[in-house]
This record gives sequence, C-alpha cells and structure tokens, in this order.
Amino acid sequence: MSWLLKDVLLYGEGSPTDVVLRDGVIAEIGTGLSGDETIDGAGCVLLPGLVDLHTHLREPGREDAETVETGTRAAAVGGFTAVHAMANTNPVADTAGVVEQVWRLGQEAGHCDVFPVGAVTVGLEGKEMAELGTMADSAARVRVFSDDGKCVSDASLMRRALEYVKAFDGVIAQHAQEPRLTDGAQMNEGINSSLLGLTGWPAVAEEAIIARDCLLTAHVGGRLHVCHVSTAGSVELIRWAKSKGWDVTAEVTPHHLLLTDDACCGYDPTFKVNPPLRTQADVDAVREGLADGTIDAVATDHAPHALEDKETEWGAAAMGMIGLETALSVVAQTMVEPGRLTWRQVAERMSEAPARIGRLDGHGRPLAVGEPANVVLVDPTARWVVDPAQTTSRSRNTPFAGHELPVRIRATFLRGTPTAVEGKPA
Amino acid sequence: MKRHLLSAADLSLDDATLILDTALEMAAVSDRTVKKLPTLRGRTVVNLFFEDSTRTKTSFELAAKRLSADVINFAAKGSSVSKGETLKDTALTLEAMGTDAVVIRHSWSGAPVNLARIIRGSVVNAGDGTHEHPTQALLDAYTMRQRLGRIEGLKVTIVGDILHSRVARSNVLLLKTLGADVTLVAPPTLLPTGVDAWPAEVSYDLDSVLPKSDVVMMLRVQRERMGAAYFPSVREYSRRYGLDVDRAAQLQDHTIVMHPGPMVRGMEIASEVADGLRSTIQDQVTNGVAVRMAVLYLLLGGSESAIGSVEQ
Amino acid sequence: MTTVPDRSAQDRARPVSGDIAQARSVLDGPGLSRVVDRMAHELLEKTGGGADVVLLGIPTRGVTLAQRLAARVLAFEGVAVPAGSLDITLYRDDLQLKKARALEATDVPGDGIDGKLVVLVDDVLFSGRTVRAALDALADLGRPRAVQLAVLVDRGHRELPIRADYVGKNIPTSLREAVHVQLTEHDGADAVLLGPARP
Repeated sequence: MSWLLKDVLLYGEGSPTDVVLRDGVIAEIGTGLSGDETIDGAGCVLLPGLVDLHTHLREPGREDAETVETGTRAAAVGGFTAVHAMANTNPVADTAGVVEQVWRLGQEAGHCDVFPVGAVTVGLEGKEMAELGTMADSAARVRVFSDDGKCVSDASLMRRALEYVKAFDGVIAQHAQEPRLTDGAQMNEGINSSLLGLTGWPAVAEEAIIARDCLLTAHVGGRLHVCHVSTAGSVELIRWAKSKGWDVTAEVTPHHLLLTDDACCGYDPTFKVNPPLRTQADVDAVREGLADGTIDAVATDHAPHALEDKETEWGAAAMGMIGLETALSVVAQTMVEPGRLTWRQVAERMSEAPARIGRLDGHGRPLAVGEPANVVLVDPTARWVVDPAQTTSRSRNTPFAGHELPVRIRATFLRGTPTAVEGKPA
Repeated sequence: MKRHLLSAADLSLDDATLILDTALEMAAVSDRTVKKLPTLRGRTVVNLFFEDSTRTKTSFELAAKRLSADVINFAAKGSSVSKGETLKDTALTLEAMGTDAVVIRHSWSGAPVNLARIIRGSVVNAGDGTHEHPTQALLDAYTMRQRLGRIEGLKVTIVGDILHSRVARSNVLLLKTLGADVTLVAPPTLLPTGVDAWPAEVSYDLDSVLPKSDVVMMLRVQRERMGAAYFPSVREYSRRYGLDVDRAAQLQDHTIVMHPGPMVRGMEIASEVADGLRSTIQDQVTNGVAVRMAVLYLLLGGSESAIGSVEQ
Repeated sequence: MTTVPDRSAQDRARPVSGDIAQARSVLDGPGLSRVVDRMAHELLEKTGGGADVVLLGIPTRGVTLAQRLAARVLAFEGVAVPAGSLDITLYRDDLQLKKARALEATDVPGDGIDGKLVVLVDDVLFSGRTVRAALDALADLGRPRAVQLAVLVDRGHRELPIRADYVGKNIPTSLREAVHVQLTEHDGADAVLLGPARP
C-alpha cells in the first residue's frame, strides 16, 4: 500500500509538493502524484521522523507507569519514529539480556524503533563498569550508554568509560549531577527554594561535572553527550568545549525550554524533575544554545510516573515529567514561533542530530527519494490545549496541563506505515 | 472564602492585626476560672502530626478545647501512615469522618499545601519541614506587642540556623507585613542561597547588630548540622553566634530575648539569659494558646473564614 | 452622626440594619438624656441605692450607655457604680450565619461579678438572643447574686422568654423597620431613629 502526502511543505520550505511513501521508502517527490491512500497536507510541514535520545519506557519493572507498548504509542503520537530507552529499569539495562529484551519489545510493538541505552555501571551503582562491549555487540546494537538518573560521579570510572566505548564508537550520555552537592536536593537552588524551604539543587552541581567530563573527553579523545542541559553555565561550558573541537554533544528538554522554577511555588510535584526547572535566565540561555547549535538536540526525558508517586508531598514525590506527546509543540512555541529556529533546523535538532549522536542508520535521514519513509507531517497553524486525561502515555504527569500549545501532528510514518494519525495511534 | 493558614504570607496587615487583637481577648479566657468558650461547639479539629512535637500539639489541642471543639489527635507515627498510607488517603479518611479543620505538622515542606488541595475543611500549618510555622510567628508578634507595645518600626534580630528554620521564614514574612525591620544573623553556611531577595537585612556579625536590636530571637541550632560541615564545633558556634551573658549585657534596657524552643542551653543561649528578665520564652508558650484560639476561631467561627488563603 | 467607628460593631448593635438616611427621629438628644436620667433613678430605687451593682454594657453602644448610667448614678447619689463591658460574640447562636467576626473588649471591673448584682446594658432589646448569649457569657465569668437587664429601647418581637428590668422607651415596631440608636461618642449626636429595614 502506498500513501500520498499531498501538497506538503518539505521542511516547511518551498512550494507545496506531493510525496509518495511506498515499500518503506520515500518513493516519489513531485507534483500531481497519486497513491492508494491520500492525506491532504495543504499548509502542513513534512519533517523526518523525530528521534528521542532520552526516553524512559519503564519496562521492565514499572509497567504500571509505562510499557514499551504504551510509551512507543505515545512517541508515535508525538511524531517520533525512534526513541532511546533509558537504562534505569528494574532490572537495570546493564546486560545484553535486558537490552535485547527491550529492543525486542520495541520491535514487537512496532510503533517506533526502540534503541536501548545501556547502563555505564552495573546496577547504576557507579562502581563497576557494565559489559558495554557485549551490549554493543548484542542484537540491540547499543551505542549510547548512560547511568541516567544517577551521575557517573567517579572521575576515574568516567574516564575509563569514555575510553572504553571508543572501541565500538559508543558515547557516554552523562546525567551531570555532583552527588555531594545535591544531597536531598528537591528543586533549583535560588530564591524560590529559599522561600519554599526545599533543599536546593545548585547549578554548580551540574556545571562542575560537565566541566570535568569535557576535560576528560578531551584527554582520552572520547565522545561525550551531556543529558538535559539546564543551566546557563552549562551552555557556556559546552560552547567552550566545542570551540576546542572536542567531541561533546548536548541535549535540552522541552520543559527546560519553557518552564522556570516559579512553577514549583504551589508544591505541585508534577513540576518536580531532575535536573530541576531553573530560572528565566537559564531558560533564555538554553534557548540561545539550542538556536546557535551549542546544544545539538532536543530530548524529552519522558519520565512517566504512576499517579501515587506524584500525588503526594513534594519531598516524597518521584522526579520527572512526561514529554513525548508535547515535545514538538513546546519546541514550536519556544523556538519556531519566536523565530529562533526554522523548521529545517527543527529537523536537525529533533531528528538528524539525535540520530547521528546515537549512530542510527535509518533515522534522521534527508527527505529524498529512496530514503526510509520515516516522516512526520505537522500542521503548524493548529493549536491545542494539553489535557492530562487524554495522554497516550500510560501516565498523566505532564507539566503542560492546561497550556495552549501550537502544532498538531497529522501523521507519523515508520518505514511507510502510519503509526499515528490525527493525534491517535494508528 | 479564605479557609487556610498555610504561610505567614497568606496574612494581610488587616488579617494579622485581627488575629493579634482577637488573641488579646482570648488570652483573658485563660485567666478565668472557667477557661472555656462555647464558640466551636460541635466542630471537629484534627491534630495531624507526622512529626513529634509535644509542645505545639498540646498548644493547639488546648486552644481547640478551650473553644469547645472536639479534638482528635492523629499521631501519624505508629498509625497506618507509617505503614505506607499516603497523605492523600489519610486526608480522605479524615474528610470522611467529617473534620472541620486539620492542624498539620509534617517533616516535608509544602505538605499542608498538598493537604489543602485534597480536603474541604480548613488547614492550619503547624510547621512543615524547613518551610513555615505561621502560628509561631503570630505568637512571637503577639509577645513583641505585649512586651514592647508595638511591632511597627521594631528592630528584630533573628540569630541561628536560618537555612533550616521554618520559624525564621514565617517571622520574616509576618514581621515585614507588620512593619518591623528584620536582620538575620548566622554563619554564611546557615543562610539560604537566595536570602538576598528576602525582606530582611543579613549580617554575619552578631556583636555589631545586638546593640541596635529591640528584639533578639535566638533559633535552635541542631548539633547534627556539624556533621554536614555547616560549622566546625559547638564551641566555635557558641563563641561567634551564641547569646551569652557578656553579649546580653550589650543589649538596650528594653530589649527582649525570644526563643521558639526547644533551646539548646549553652549553645545558642546561656541559661542566665534564657531565664533572665529579658527572656520572653515562657510568655511565648502562654501566648501560643491564645493566638491559636484566635486563629481557629477566625478560620472556623463563622460561615466563612475571616483570615488566611484559598487553596490554589 | 458622621463617624462610624467600626462597621462590624455597628452590625452587632443592630439586629436588623436599615437605611439610616430614610429614618425619622423618635427621640432627640435632650429626650434621650431625660430617659437615661430616669433609668438611673429607677436603678437606684430598684437596687436599694446601687450597692453591689456592676453595670456591664454589651458593645458597642451598650458600653457607652452603661458608662452614662454610672455617671448619672454618681451625680444623683454620689454612689460609684462600676461599669464595664461584656462582649458576647463568642457566645452568639448565629455565628455560623456570618463570616467570623472581630471581637470587642470584655472588661469586668475590679472584684469581678461573684455575689454582685449585675445589670446588663444594651441599646435595643429585640429578639432577646443577644441577652441570652450575655447570660451564658456571664455564667463563665462567675456567679452573680442576680442579673438584671437595662435597655434604652424595647422594640418588641421577642424570640426568647426574656424581659428588661429597665426600659428607656418602648417603641412598637414592625419587622420591616429598623431602630437606630445614635450616641454622641460614636455618632456625633444623641438620637433614636426609626426607619425602613434593609430588604
């Protein structure tokens, strides 16, 4: 079966064009084309399928919060054709067995490709290196390694990990958080934390690790990816590391692009996240960093949590927020509408760069004949109000409840097959 | 419809003045033979204490009983809460039993705010984590007014572990509303990042501030803080920030010395000072009951509350 | 009649508030003084010269009336009768019908009320509920030998078995009317006005 996407704007540019998807690839691009099924894409933007470097699918272990099935459905609704599943599951994805299980679950679900992230250390405990090479050689072909949720804080271990993964072109995705500076931390350390009486998570705890890791990366000639950059100082450090020519990449989450720690003032644990929401100056800096390429990619850090883990006191609540279904809308609101990014650049930041960092073959490819038909069609003029009750994710912990956001996703195609149409899983 | 007292910031100048004036009348009840008013007859007040605090709990209990409310002490320790029941379930249980007000003490900052979102009754914050303790600030203000005749324009110095003190936060906010000038004195490690934005002066030097103070409020400093390197030793803390006899001699004649309790004698305050004529420590305890009676009456005594905040 | 000291105190003094602008005078300043003088004489007569008497006014205007009665008793007989105040807010039976109210002062003079003849003083006697609350409040303060009631105006419509011992003026009213007692200390002039009640 073939699909005709009629009168779409490739990367939001040029004049209306027809695109035909057939046999898993982009078969034709032109005008006056035909296909078995047609989507009228007048006024809509066609982008390569989005790639998330940072998704928590919670399976195995917390299937009450999310599963590979539900998480990838949410990803498809959000325009993603590939997600990286973080390793902090139970059991931890620190062996070939677990990463292959997650990878297979993704294949079976079929809503989007799932690329498991391998843990850097056994059990995320920061003590012994996990079998990184075995995970790389497994069916899951792991290239991204991370102890996300925890920081590889031991400098020696981090150095060895950066060195070791060079053998298979791997990358260490660091959750930059100096643990001794964030003991019991609840939110960004600043005016709001002082008034709310919540233990502060200072920016320096992120920046100190980033600075150290950049230097280590340079020293060993490794490849570092900095997860969820949240502070102005971090952006500066990464800009500096890049200016040196070091192989350092970085991501920012949609919530750090939009929200500040003012959101925490009502003690609603929906806004409890790690790294925490920061100040407006930080938000401005990460937006600027994403615009000028210092920050390579947007990654969701989609972190589903069961209701009972969020409907509790702030201090007892779990950290994290869901984001797959709102990511593109938030990027459109914070970056595209104000003119900081073009749709062409959104394709780079949300598809091509993350695919490159994850060393993915079939994703983040150009919109060209013969390329895999992993595409997403978006209506840039539509607006919608986020309703937690309507999420495709099994969890409801969106920080954007009640926000009116731009952009609706008309359809997502994975190798030519629709995985989501008009906001619903296909 | 104002229903809760969650933060001292909930109180306008009119609210705070109304509470202090009402407390003055309530205090008279404590001097009578019949220390009881029928005002809250048939109303149920729950003391929900997730953290031990005999003195605050007793004070609230006595206040509610003097107003003829039915009082239930729900000590969360040893109850279903310690078996994993959530705050939400506890709140819904209390709600189902028909409680009109919940007085909550909790070790997590913000728990009273979370509770206020769940239940229909009024919520009174009796101390939450390192956030606030608004009735303590009210009884402190009442005591200042009782001893010094006014609050506006007073120079109030708060000394000690500001970083972890809910008493300090509530006092700073309330005293700002009431027009006093607050100075916070502590080692830099015990002041929160962001304190510059508070409506208060900050000093690291107690001796330079004391002679100008009308009120000196000493806060408890927990010895455990030493382990986290907030200061090197009890002796050094006491030398630099303790109110000893020599320092007390630097105070003006009218200056009063306050402490919210419990005190660590010999550390932040010398026994001679704590028991001296300047000390209002016993008055603070006495006044606590009258102030809490006033708060409960103004929250529950009418068809709608006369003070406080609406849940968000 | 310009200064209104306290909105809530004013509400308390008048069970049914009305539009004062449309009210007509039923007792002027000199008339009100004569009435208070007569009440002082009656009080001396009925209490055997005012011995052991404690006057307790119910805020706001009852307190002022109690003070005036005490002053007249002193002027007529040289007897110093103590006058204080008794706030009944916390004993009201209609607390739940209105927003929580501010309290007025309770000031019991000297030796208290045990064994004394307490005379409650209020401006208007209407339903009797205020007096009922005052009796409850008194019981918590001590044990008087006897309690009497003095009111400047009795407007009828009692809802409880309560009557006054001293009445300045009986003014038969309709429930659609409101009685306004004005005293110089609060309102700038002495008068009793009768006007329409607020609908």
